[in-house]
Amino acid sequence: MSDIPLDGTAPVTHEEHAHHPFLQHHFEDLGQQHEASTLGMWMFLSTEILFFGGVLCAYWVYRILYPEAWAIGAEQQNKLYGGLNTIVLIISSLTMALAVRNAQLGKRKGTVAMLFATLVFGSTFMAVKGIEYWQHYHEGLFPGVHFTWNEIPALAPKVQLFMVFYWGMTGLHALHMVIGAGLLIWMMTRAWRGHFGPEYYGPVEIMGLYWHFVDIVWIFLFPFLYLIHGVHHV
Amino acid sequence: MSDEHAPHIHVTPMWIYIAVFLALAVGTLLTWWVSTIDLGLMNTPIALLIATIKAVLVILFFMHVIHSTRLTWVVVIASFLWLGVLFVLTFADYLTRLWKIY
Repeated sequence: MSDIPLDGTAPVTHEEHAHHPFLQHHFEDLGQQHEASTLGMWMFLSTEILFFGGVLCAYWVYRILYPEAWAIGAEQQNKLYGGLNTIVLIISSLTMALAVRNAQLGKRKGTVAMLFATLVFGSTFMAVKGIEYWQHYHEGLFPGVHFTWNEIPALAPKVQLFMVFYWGMTGLHALHMVIGAGLLIWMMTRAWRGHFGPEYYGPVEIMGLYWHFVDIVWIFLFPFLYLIHGVHHV
Repeated sequence: MSDEHAPHIHVTPMWIYIAVFLALAVGTLLTWWVSTIDLGLMNTPIALLIATIKAVLVILFFMHVIHSTRLTWVVVIASFLWLGVLFVLTFADYLTRLWKIY
């Protein structure tokens, strides 16, 4: 892009206007750039809140309509795996927060290490989720022609609907985790190359906002899908 | 103000991160424990309350909203306001469709 200002003032060359290599030319300074990117990320997260919110809203409409089927659906879940995964994801949020802290303090290797730890815990979560998916599939709990669960025939179609929500919601969450893992690897390479320090750590911070948001989604999914206390069913 | 004006850094003390993490872990165990007790109609509101407290802790401390600009606060609060509109209007419809049955 050219450096000729649109307001007719004299062109500014990079020689006389040396600035931080990651300061975009349309920002006054790094502080303004940081605030703008934080605000922009929260605008995106607000669309994400409403995206998951819409699915959760549909979930609650049917949960209120079919409380017994929802309680039985939750009983099909492995509460130990779900609980352990919740803890694993919380640990990954802690390591993510510490990665941002290390970036702020200019600790290059510490940033890379904490990003890597986040990637490891995130992958652990995905592996456990994969085991659960595999088990559900073999238990006949995948909606569609493979759905063979029929312990209570009258409720089977409604339990299948619960499982549609289960696979849909955890699947969307898992998709976000995979994207997050990609972002983590990208941030690790940038941190390794020494891009971040006290004056510029925005990308790690923004990535962290995304990771923590995905953690928050799971904080709600865990009780909603695994821990519905038994409506005393028939 | 210098051209290289850096962002206002709030380096959160280590103990806050650890304390928030422990609170989240305790909240998870509490959620699981409460779900094993029959509290009748109160099970769901309690689970929702714990999850909401956990989410607020993550947003304020892990996501640094507590140190963010007021404009960021507006966007965060507005997001949940719209989420509230989504739920209130939807259930104003669905819950009243069933009123003859109840």
